[in-house]
Amino acid sequence: MPTPLTVNGTRYEIDLPEDVPLLWVLRDEIGLTGTKYGCGVAACGACTVQIDGEAVRSCQVALADVRGEVTTIEGLGTPDAMAAIQRAWAAHQVAQCGYCQSGQIMQAAALLAENPAPSDEDIDLAMQGNLCRCGTYPRIRAAIHSASQMMKEA
Amino acid sequence: MASIGKIARRSFLIGSAAIVGGVAFGAWYVSRPAPNPLTPGAGGGALNPFVMIDVNGITLIAPRAEMGQGVQTTWAALIAEELDVEMDQVRVLHGPAAQAYYNQALLGEALPGKGYDKTSFGHALAETLGRVGKVMNMQVTGGSTSMADGYTRMRAAGASARETLKQAAADLLGVARADLRTEKAMVIAADGREIAYADLAEAAAGLDPVDAPLRDRAQWRILGKPVDRVDMVPKVTGTARFGIDVRLEGMLFAALRMNPHLGGAMRDFDDSAARAMPGVDRVVNLGDGIAVVASNTWLAMQAAEAVEIDWEMGPNPPDTGAVFDRIAAAFDDDANSTMRDDGDAGTLPEGATEITAEYRVPYLAHATMEPMNATALYSGIKLEIWSGNQAPLFTRKSCAKAVGLEPEAVEVHTTFMGGGFGRRGELDFSVYAARVAAEMPGTPVQLTWSREEDMTHDFYRPGALARFRGAVQDGKAVLLDGKIAAQSPTQQAMGRWLGLPAAGPDKGTVDGAFNQPYAIPNFRVRGYLADLAIPVGFWRSVGASMNGFFLDSFLDEMAHAAGRDPLAFRLELARAEYAPAAAVLEAVRDISGWTGETPEGTGRGVGFCYSFGTPTATVIEVQDRDGQIAMTRAWIAADVGVALDPRNLEAQLSGGMVYGLSAACFGEITFAEGAVVQQNFPDYDALRIHNTPATEVRILQNQDHISGAGEPGTPPAMPALANALFDLTGRRARSLPLMRDFDLLV
Repeated sequence: MPTPLTVNGTRYEIDLPEDVPLLWVLRDEIGLTGTKYGCGVAACGACTVQIDGEAVRSCQVALADVRGEVTTIEGLGTPDAMAAIQRAWAAHQVAQCGYCQSGQIMQAAALLAENPAPSDEDIDLAMQGNLCRCGTYPRIRAAIHSASQMMKEA
Repeated sequence: MASIGKIARRSFLIGSAAIVGGVAFGAWYVSRPAPNPLTPGAGGGALNPFVMIDVNGITLIAPRAEMGQGVQTTWAALIAEELDVEMDQVRVLHGPAAQAYYNQALLGEALPGKGYDKTSFGHALAETLGRVGKVMNMQVTGGSTSMADGYTRMRAAGASARETLKQAAADLLGVARADLRTEKAMVIAADGREIAYADLAEAAAGLDPVDAPLRDRAQWRILGKPVDRVDMVPKVTGTARFGIDVRLEGMLFAALRMNPHLGGAMRDFDDSAARAMPGVDRVVNLGDGIAVVASNTWLAMQAAEAVEIDWEMGPNPPDTGAVFDRIAAAFDDDANSTMRDDGDAGTLPEGATEITAEYRVPYLAHATMEPMNATALYSGIKLEIWSGNQAPLFTRKSCAKAVGLEPEAVEVHTTFMGGGFGRRGELDFSVYAARVAAEMPGTPVQLTWSREEDMTHDFYRPGALARFRGAVQDGKAVLLDGKIAAQSPTQQAMGRWLGLPAAGPDKGTVDGAFNQPYAIPNFRVRGYLADLAIPVGFWRSVGASMNGFFLDSFLDEMAHAAGRDPLAFRLELARAEYAPAAAVLEAVRDISGWTGETPEGTGRGVGFCYSFGTPTATVIEVQDRDGQIAMTRAWIAADVGVALDPRNLEAQLSGGMVYGLSAACFGEITFAEGAVVQQNFPDYDALRIHNTPATEVRILQNQDHISGAGEPGTPPAMPALANALFDLTGRRARSLPLMRDFDLLV
């Protein structure tokens, strides 16, 4: 029996076994490829999405266990209408290879929703599960502070 | 300079593979222009292989792997600068696999010689030899060569296209080309009439290209300043398409299992359980492994795990200890190379103080964020492959061979890469995808390696041993004699890329050691090749990734033995040999406020390495926090000759440093039963946001040739940290990773 799933405001009926992780439902079934596979064991954060605003590792959430609405990087903003945090990321030219950045941004967006003015320590705590092999961390930190400022002024 | 004919008839050692010019290809073939592979739409024109103008607008081709280093943006900026177009008026594509996109700088980098002492003749020779890269199909991104390769050629491509467009306008208007000017993709006549490039492209493409001199740096509009990357908005909105994101109509998804005992064969397998699992389409016998094709990557991975496979053991020693015994045994053979032999390093100068030390570094995985993958569609007469790769022509050739087609029947689409670091110069992931697709004509299939397959089937940075002997006298270095033993990635890669037998002196084994710009009167470096079949490959900064740590750590030991400040000790040696090297040491001293003194609980170390033509110095600061050691700050100074995009250079140098520090702290591939032990990030971790130091970068432009920045940030980071730990704790790190001997903040 298909499983209902709401992603970025759209409702889908998913015809896959219930133990398929949300990551692979998004990528291979729905075709939302902005969410990335990195490790499959919640060790890198590349697959981070939000469920009802909370950042989760989509490689660890089975389809049957999704309770709530899923937001992916595509639901946060688009190239023509970027969210404030994406604009901050672009302003700081954060991405190098860019593969981890969807997860970084989804994690940071959840942090800012909960804590609009995070300290460096807050950022360290919230973001240390998100790996970046290019080493863009200093720019990620700067972009989070900028996004915080932009959201305060908005 | 030597003529191309003379050079092509001689033998060259490319890395360690002998290329016999006169036999492999005639001189005429070397100098013949490569065909233009672009096919513009109706009413448009391709003015050269890098500039195409048609109904889609102005397209610039940046045929280098975009794996994070920003190459496509700066490459396009080189063309745009002379073409007189703005960056927001162009789209930038990687383009097809084609000989026209050969890397002219790569073979020059492989020539023997220290590099920093290269004469004008040496530069001319490297350039001439570089053209051989065209016939060798060297469309390769690597060796930090892209900017050296494109700096003149891409500005010339832009200038020639501009002048040819002006000629077309001159013909149309009946005026002289010299009376026209160009701005923002328009040709403008003296009377103010304007014609868009788009309206001239078709006519211009029919003209003989017009050569034009390059503009002076003082006139640059785009180069020399930060340019917003063309891939930035796609990468922060999840819309950039990496290899793993390719989606085709009717596509299926595949997972792979290969023999964990590296180099071992597959005896037999039982796939009955796997074939009954949900979503599974088929199991493919690849001879040396299996692939499961399914409706979903995860279902394919689950089923691949359910296949019972009887693996043979591989040819390599069973465990890490035995592997390193084999590496150590290389010291008993004759040296493979003696690339530096100044003075008499065999004799201890009278009255000098001798010190010796042995160092060791482990095998390392690349661990790109995006696991290996490729997508393929086979029709029986044609193969299309979508692959994030650093070597499109080699990819085309090897995929063609794997499915029994001619290379011309294979089309390679090079996608964005979620990290490369050298790993994506290999061909295996593309070939496996092609082989699976060949089993299912008409159905596109995406093959994705699990993180575990990726980590256990890499082409590793080789483990290495170094034995150093040095002598100091009156506060100065008077002797340095180094021996380094490791497997040769170059020899293996030349076999994989070109099918060439590999022999001769291997520069990679000693790169970053023999070519350091230090005036030590008795200075010798010898390389020894370990006889092992563990797959090894190019890992960001290659030989310098191990030799930077070896040589520079030992120099630090010598400085302490001489009772000198480590930075002043290096500076004195560099000043007497190569002024730009001394200048980066001075710069890093100044920006870090180096005094040679550190407060209690704080340590500082300096590291230096000249690699890929870029002298780079790094200072790392560490602090003891209740017994745990944290890296707090870092400073980098590097000289790239010409800084085309300062902001991107800063990103590359600091990113290269983080890559080096990650390896120095935590990186280690070990073996058990001939298989790699580490499986995933929990046992192969890297720096994260909370343990990455705040970093300041200074770019210098004293050198008289442009050089790269993708790799040079990596080598000096490792000794800088080890030297800082010595300053903090008094314990000398002679073996990596450092987490084994120090309580680092994780």
